[in-house]
Amino acid sequence: MEVKLRDPNIIMKLSRLGSFHQSKLSFLRSFLDEFHDWEYKRDLFDLNKKGHGTAVYSLKKKNRIYSLVCFANEINDEERSDRVIATKWDAAFTLHDGIPTKQDIDRLKNEVPKQEVGRLSYKELTLSRANKSVRVFNHVVESLSKGNQPDIELLKKVGYLYRTTAVYGSGKFGLADRFRIKNREEINGPFRLEMMLVYLVRQFTFDQVNHVAKSKNPKTFVSLDLKICKKLGIGNSTGLGMAPFIVNHPTLLNNWIISRETALKKIREIKNVNSDTVELFKKSVNNSIKNIINWNTESEYQQKKIASLLKNLRKFSKFIEKEFDFETNYPFNEIYFWLEKKTCDECIEYVVSIMMEPFDDIVKPLVSKMSSDEDQHFNIPAERTVEDLRYIIEKRYPDILKINFDKKENKKNFWFISKNKEEPRYADRFKENGSELEQPLAIARDVKKLHEQLLNSKNSSTIDKFLIKNSDLRHVVRRAFIIEKFPYAEIQDNTIGEKVVPIDMLRLKLSFFGALKFDPRSDKWLRICMFQGAPLPHELKNYDQQWVYNS
Amino acid sequence: MKSFSEIETTSKRATRAAGFSWGEAEEVGKSIRLLELYGLGGIKNLNEYYNSRSIKKYENIKLISENNNSDKFPFCPIILGINFLDQIKTLEKLNKIKFDKISYPLLILPFLSRASEIIGKKINLKFDQYEFLLNLNNNILSNLFNKEYPIISNITEVSILENEDNFTDKEWKNLYKLSEKIFVEETESLKQGAAGAGLTDND
Repeated sequence: MEVKLRDPNIIMKLSRLGSFHQSKLSFLRSFLDEFHDWEYKRDLFDLNKKGHGTAVYSLKKKNRIYSLVCFANEINDEERSDRVIATKWDAAFTLHDGIPTKQDIDRLKNEVPKQEVGRLSYKELTLSRANKSVRVFNHVVESLSKGNQPDIELLKKVGYLYRTTAVYGSGKFGLADRFRIKNREEINGPFRLEMMLVYLVRQFTFDQVNHVAKSKNPKTFVSLDLKICKKLGIGNSTGLGMAPFIVNHPTLLNNWIISRETALKKIREIKNVNSDTVELFKKSVNNSIKNIINWNTESEYQQKKIASLLKNLRKFSKFIEKEFDFETNYPFNEIYFWLEKKTCDECIEYVVSIMMEPFDDIVKPLVSKMSSDEDQHFNIPAERTVEDLRYIIEKRYPDILKINFDKKENKKNFWFISKNKEEPRYADRFKENGSELEQPLAIARDVKKLHEQLLNSKNSSTIDKFLIKNSDLRHVVRRAFIIEKFPYAEIQDNTIGEKVVPIDMLRLKLSFFGALKFDPRSDKWLRICMFQGAPLPHELKNYDQQWVYNS
Repeated sequence: MKSFSEIETTSKRATRAAGFSWGEAEEVGKSIRLLELYGLGGIKNLNEYYNSRSIKKYENIKLISENNNSDKFPFCPIILGINFLDQIKTLEKLNKIKFDKISYPLLILPFLSRASEIIGKKINLKFDQYEFLLNLNNNILSNLFNKEYPIISNITEVSILENEDNFTDKEWKNLYKLSEKIFVEETESLKQGAAGAGLTDND
């Protein structure tokens, strides 16, 4: 039986993409999988009693070494801000290619804490900074220094000691360009080195909290229980900076989504499954329910989604435990149809992620297909005809062509880059200044305009001639020819409309990172947690693959 | 040192700010990255060209033909480069394409280089005493390396080269003869037993 890939016109809607969850395809999980047999080492730990100073951690295999260089700094409470406009952080990090020399560390000490206004070199691969969750960090220090373990309930609620506020890579601020590392054997999936940085930062936070607590009272101090460490991840505050990425990298977006869709299709095409598969699937579903219960947010928008997910997931759990016969032919196809009929988007996508758990043979080969050589698809095939292009647009953007952009509500917002931080922002074009400097991210509006121009052009005319008269549409002509080959390359929604929830775009990207516990703080930024429950570095050689659900 | 990613992003944004469309700006970003990657003065020339636009006028070429003469002002290298790239499948049929004046001619090189890759043929560019070979977008050969780049080319000639060997038949035969020394002379028994296929295929 052949199952069709799901329709991009349904899956690529923002509300659906904003319901995606982490899975075995997520980058932090594929990072752990790739690096599980690398040698982990803490090479330098030179912190003062307050926990300020320098530390270096490394992962090594054969002749390849990646080193995380950490700089922990003293900052005043009033200087601590998660917003991108901050200029000081509790700690700043860079991932260095190889072993940093003393000169490298001296150079980095001067540049890394400055973040966006510092300069890195081709020897550095990623850059980040993080702030303490002061409440949790101080509580843990206080408890450990008195010989007690911290309050698990408080830790559970927050989930981390530190949260990062940006992780940069791919040539930003002088960092190495991606082409320098893309052919390395271990870099066979997106964001590998960003994930490595975050993972090693997590270990730094445990070492630092132990160090500060010990310095406070060496006689009564106890180390943070490793089981508690494991339950902690790294937080992340993410604003709009991440949103344009998925619009600006269409083939990459396609490769992420098509990998997920291909995995689902192949799982639905399995005629019979064995009892081990069934047990692993059921166990993951049931164990995961506590993740939903522990998912805290003050956002009403997210609370409603979580409540609906929990209700539907419990219904689903009952269904697979009591009603469904896994000996039915094509059981996961039947399950999928049941989900579509009886549950919500959030629950469908949640279970789709869990369906992948028993199927390493299907999922693992897809991981290496999730990167993209974008330059290969950059050239416009200008010898093609107006008729070809019109056909592509009508086939690939059916709902977008129905939007009336003469209506104010459909063009309410515009995307721009702020002058002070060079970061993407989103504003009301009828209330704010600057819409004349709009970024080319209103794809739906521009595709509609392109279609109108094509209707006024001769079918047999070639695109080179069309572009002479319509150079303002060149960026969407390129996209249309990309989407012809990459059906999941485009968000099938209007990203400037009144009803857009920009955090749906962030959620999509973060789900592929492997983030948990999305906690929207407004419609424009959210907090998440990464690596919560993940194996600690000394456990990497042999760890529970379903740690996300079992921890 | 600036990364190529920074070079591409800043060139793209500057191009948009100079009045080009976003799609054209994307092309320029990629092109300047390519020039800098090949060690040619992309940033320097783009910067000078955009500065000059406030005091000088340039002409936008549309459909490129065998002989292209600007009316009054030199051609804009960005629009010329983009249109050359877009029209390359048509231009491939012409042997030589001439332009009278192009401002900052270095800036058209990456477009010609990409065009060369699209048609799978080398492209030769000559103006004044300078010469460039665009080699299927793998590299740019030039006799202008480390020299001051001209701000205008007078007569520019673009030749699309047919795919031909760079060597003589005699040179090839000599090398081939040498390569034969690694082959084993086939005896009758080797002919019978060393190949995979059968000796007759009439079954």
